[in-house]
This record gives sequence, structure tokens and C-alpha cells, in this order.
Amino acid sequence: MNKEQNTVSAASAAEVPQNIHNPEYLVDVQHERLSFFTPAGEVKALNDVSLYVKEGEVLGIVGESGSGKSVTAYSLMGLTAYPGRIIGGDLWFNGHHINKMSEREMRKMRGNEISIIFQDPMTSLNPVYTIGDQIREVILLHTGKSKKEANDRARELLSLVGINEPDKRLKQYPHELSGGMRQRVMIAIALACEPKLLIADEPTTALDVTIQAQILELMMDLKRKLGMAIILITHDLGVVAGTCDRIAVMYAGKVVESGPTDDIFYHPAHEYTKGLIASIPNLNEKEHKRLIPIEGTPVDMLNPPAGCPFAPRCRACMKICLRSMPEYTHLTDAHYSACWLLNKAALEGREEEKA
Amino acid sequence: MAKYIIKRVILAVLTIFLVATITFFLMHNVPGGPFVAEKSISAQAQAALNEKFGMDKPLGIQYKNYMNGILHGDFSLSLKQRGWNVSDIIKSRFPVSARIGGLAVLLALAVGIPLGSVAALNRGKWADNLIIVLATCGIAFPSFVICTVGMYLFGVHLGWLPTFGLTSPAHYVLPVFALSFYPMAYITRLMRSSMLDVIGQDYMRTARAKGLSPAKCLFKHALRNAILPVVTYVGPMLAYTITGSFIVEKIFVIPGLGGQFVSSITNRDYTVIMGTTIFLASLIIVMNVLVDIVYKIIDPRIQLK
Repeated sequence: MNKEQNTVSAASAAEVPQNIHNPEYLVDVQHERLSFFTPAGEVKALNDVSLYVKEGEVLGIVGESGSGKSVTAYSLMGLTAYPGRIIGGDLWFNGHHINKMSEREMRKMRGNEISIIFQDPMTSLNPVYTIGDQIREVILLHTGKSKKEANDRARELLSLVGINEPDKRLKQYPHELSGGMRQRVMIAIALACEPKLLIADEPTTALDVTIQAQILELMMDLKRKLGMAIILITHDLGVVAGTCDRIAVMYAGKVVESGPTDDIFYHPAHEYTKGLIASIPNLNEKEHKRLIPIEGTPVDMLNPPAGCPFAPRCRACMKICLRSMPEYTHLTDAHYSACWLLNKAALEGREEEKA
Repeated sequence: MAKYIIKRVILAVLTIFLVATITFFLMHNVPGGPFVAEKSISAQAQAALNEKFGMDKPLGIQYKNYMNGILHGDFSLSLKQRGWNVSDIIKSRFPVSARIGGLAVLLALAVGIPLGSVAALNRGKWADNLIIVLATCGIAFPSFVICTVGMYLFGVHLGWLPTFGLTSPAHYVLPVFALSFYPMAYITRLMRSSMLDVIGQDYMRTARAKGLSPAKCLFKHALRNAILPVVTYVGPMLAYTITGSFIVEKIFVIPGLGGQFVSSITNRDYTVIMGTTIFLASLIIVMNVLVDIVYKIIDPRIQLK
């Protein structure tokens, strides 16, 4: 494994001299590679993922199931599920070099500097403890507060996330609350220690549409009040459009395109991003047209193809796409994408200049 | 809660009544009788005995008389143990069985819960495999094998422990261990599977995401959820275990209720059969109510209706 790591760093040494942490970034993931070592073989969940989040910024990570959105976020918290392991790259968060942290140091950070809310609020709270107990727990763990102070803080948090009658709710059990309420409680737990970063892993997928909007609005409101950064993981482009500053589009363990939200929506560069945007139903359409899907199925991560992973499903696939993975092409400073078509355009542009 | 208790009491009375009725008629339908085996006695004497215990009357009348007696708290005299009242037999024998059985259940819980948890937390590793093998052995080996092997090894070969009677704490070791082997193995397996289920739950991920230590995750968040199936099993199991095991009592020569129960059947000691059956049934009912209440305490989602 060490050998592998060495060859990787040697290979990437050509373009990127070293993984140097940019202290401006709150989250700085560089060339992360992560695999799950299953009995069936090595599942390469993340293949050279790089992304960053600045303080107070909202980054949306979009992509379909299995593209590595959640895996990236979980690895940042040291919550990678067995048998997964980071096998390459560097992760920094808030000045910590995650790769080098011990489990004990990581525990001090979790729920304190970085917290997470999950997809399904119905199952994310422990059914046998009261709401109050579950909120107080994280406060008592990370702050020196007394039980009474923790209780006051819990009550304050419940009001903050818009739950009425907080005193009554503190004594209630999760099954006595609705899904939307439970997600609010999860947010209260996540924000209890005023984290620098909140990871929201498909926070609205399990909720009905009106509640989805309320929860998103609440998160954005709290972001304005508390100033934390957010990584919003979703497969719903509608969710990211109104909330995120920047978007990273992931496909098969790679960030295929990244840029400011407007650039991604109005000037998508990667064929996959274009497909995603084309598949959004348009309510203003006069005629009833069929939705436009992206044909095909996601790649098998046990045996990923040699070239661009999206090539088998790509409408504009070329020979080179099947052979090797393109480098990133920067369209603007912040907007970049990995697609041979862009390289082609760049190459043609250069040739025209020459001529 | 009050409604629940009233409902359970009515149901309990009904259940015990049914158990008593079915047992009564089944028992009398089995060929033979309490005085048949004693060949030496004359027909006259037998008739006198039958008359004395009211067994000359039609079955319906006998049933009515017996049930009437129970309602007044009279469980009649034993037919075979002269001078012994059935209630006295239970009173003298039950504490012996209950002590051994209670200790066995405690041992089974004290060993089974940690072992099952350790197995689940080390799923697929050597510790898990070893525990599964041991638990399977515990379920597969009949108790008389455990008894005799234990007796030979620790009683005869090493000479550490006495092999019969119940006169000192050391006497308890072998029978308690033999009795606890099966429930211990069963609890281990139950605990392992429910713990595996619980550690895969989303709220365990939440607990880790809060920054809790593995110990806190396990003891606070996992154990309370994972223990529910064990609670369900322990209630009835406790009722069976404290009423005594025929085999273990026979092998270690312990004057418990289990041995008494089986010998009363072979002897057709009708009143003792009835008494012990009703006692066991009541005990199981009480245990089930206790399990329900403990359940409610552990899991607030459960409503007692």
C-alpha cells in the first residue's frame, strides 16, 4: 500500500509539486483517494478528489448515488465506514491535517468544530432517549457547561431552529415528533457547539416538499446568523440552485466539474452536468414533453474503466475518452471541468491562433 | 396503566383456569392411577383410598370439587407423599430450585450479554468466530452432557468441587453452571444479532458524529436498544429455570421442584401435578407482565394497553 502511495505522489509530482495546504480555505481536500476493501475486491470510491470550502461559504456537492459525495464528506469527519480507508491525498480542515489526526483528536473535533446532519431524521435520533438528553449530550461533551447550563442552551437551540414549546419538547421522545421536527432537532444538535462547518448529507431527501423548503430556509437563515460554512450534499439540483455559492459535480469518485453556481447552471461544461440540467423538469413548458434522462447506468466501481468514467454514457464520447482521463480545463478562475471536449476546444483555439 | 393491569389480571385468571382444566382432564385420561402401581394392596384397600381422596366419584364432580378447593386456597394433599400438603411441597422445594435457577439466569445474563456484544463488535474476526462456536456448542450440548462432563472433570478428576447435594456454596457451582449453559449460549446469540442490527442503525452514526467515545456509544446508545430481545427471552426463561430442571436436579441429587414435577407425573400424583402446573403457569404469566413493564421502561415507544 505504501508503495502505491509513493507511486501516486510521484506521478502527481509532475503537475502539482506537493499537496500544500492553502490556509485561506476552511476545508481543503487535495487528491483524496479512498477505497473500500470488500471481499469482492477494492472498490475505488474516491479517485483523486480535490475540493475546497472557504469560511462561511456554501458548497453544494451533486451527483448520483455512489458517486462519492457522502464518502468525501464522511472522510472529512473521520467517519469512513469499515472497510473503507483513505489511501492517498491530503485533507485539511480548520488548520487540522486530518490524515495525521488520532482518533482521540478527531473525536474532539466531531460535533464541535464540524458537525453533520443526515438524510433520514426518522432514524437518526436514538428512539430511547429524550430530545433534551440527546441535545445536552453533545453540549456536555464538548463544553465545560453544567447540566443546568446545558439544558438552558438546549432550550435556546430548540427556539433557534424554530421549535415551539421548547420546554415540553425537551422531555419528549423522537417518536413523538414529526419528520420535519426531528430534522430541526438534528440541526439543533449539529449547531450546539457552533461548528465552523456543517455537513448536510441530503438533509431534505426524506422530507415532503413543503417541509424541504422550510428546512433549507432554516439552514440558510442559521448560516447567516452563525456564519458557519456548509457542505450541502444532494442529488437535487433544485436544492443547490437557491442555496449554494459554489457547486462541485461528482461522478464515479471524481469531481468532474466545479464552479460558481451561476456558471454551472448557465454555462455547464461537462456533458454529465449538461445532462443533469437537461433532466430538470420545466414547469413553464407549454407542451407536455417527456423528461430527458441520462441514458445508461453508473459505472461499476470494482472495475472502473480506464478513461473518463462517464464516457460509456456520454453522447459526445470520443476515442480518447475511453483511453485516458482528461486533466482539468479552467474556463474561468473558479470554474473548471475535466472533459476532453474542453481540451479539444482549447487545442483548436490554440491552433487557430497559430494559423 | 391501571387499565392494563386490570386487563392482565383478568386474562391471567382466565389462562390459569384453562390450564388447570385442560391439565385436569388430560391427566385423568392417561391410563393408570396413583394407587395402581402398588400391587400389594388389596382391592378393598384401593377402594378405601379412592374413597378417601374422592376418586370414586364421577370425573365431573371431582373436577368441581378440586376447582372449588383451589378457589379456597386448598391444593389438597399429595396422593403419594403421605401427610404432605401440595402447597407445602411447593413451598419447601421451590426455594431450592429458585436459588439455583436464579443464579443460573444471572450468570447467563452476565456472560451472554458481554459475549454477544463483543462478538458483534468484532464481526468476522477471530473473537466473533470463537464466540459463535462456543454459543453453538452451548445450544447443541444437552444439559446432561454438561453435567456429567463437569462432574467428571471438576468433581472426580480434579476434585475441586462436590458432585451432589446443596450444603455449601461450592455445591452450587456445577449445577448453576450446567443450568446456565443453554440460556447463556442463547442470550449470546440473541445479543450478537440484535447488537449487529443496532450498530448499523443511523442513530449510532449520529452518536459517533457527536464525537462520543466508542465506549459511550456502546454503553449509552447501543446497549439499551440491543437488549430488548434479550428481555423478551429472559422473562419466560426465568420462569422455567427457577422452577427447576429435572435432569440437573436428578444428576446432582438436589431436592428441587423440577424433579418433583416429573416424578409426580410418573407416579400419577394428581394433586401434585395440578399444583405444580398451576404454579408454573402463574409464574410464567407474572414473568410476562414483568417483561412488559421492563420493556416499557427501556423503550418509551412501547404503549401498555
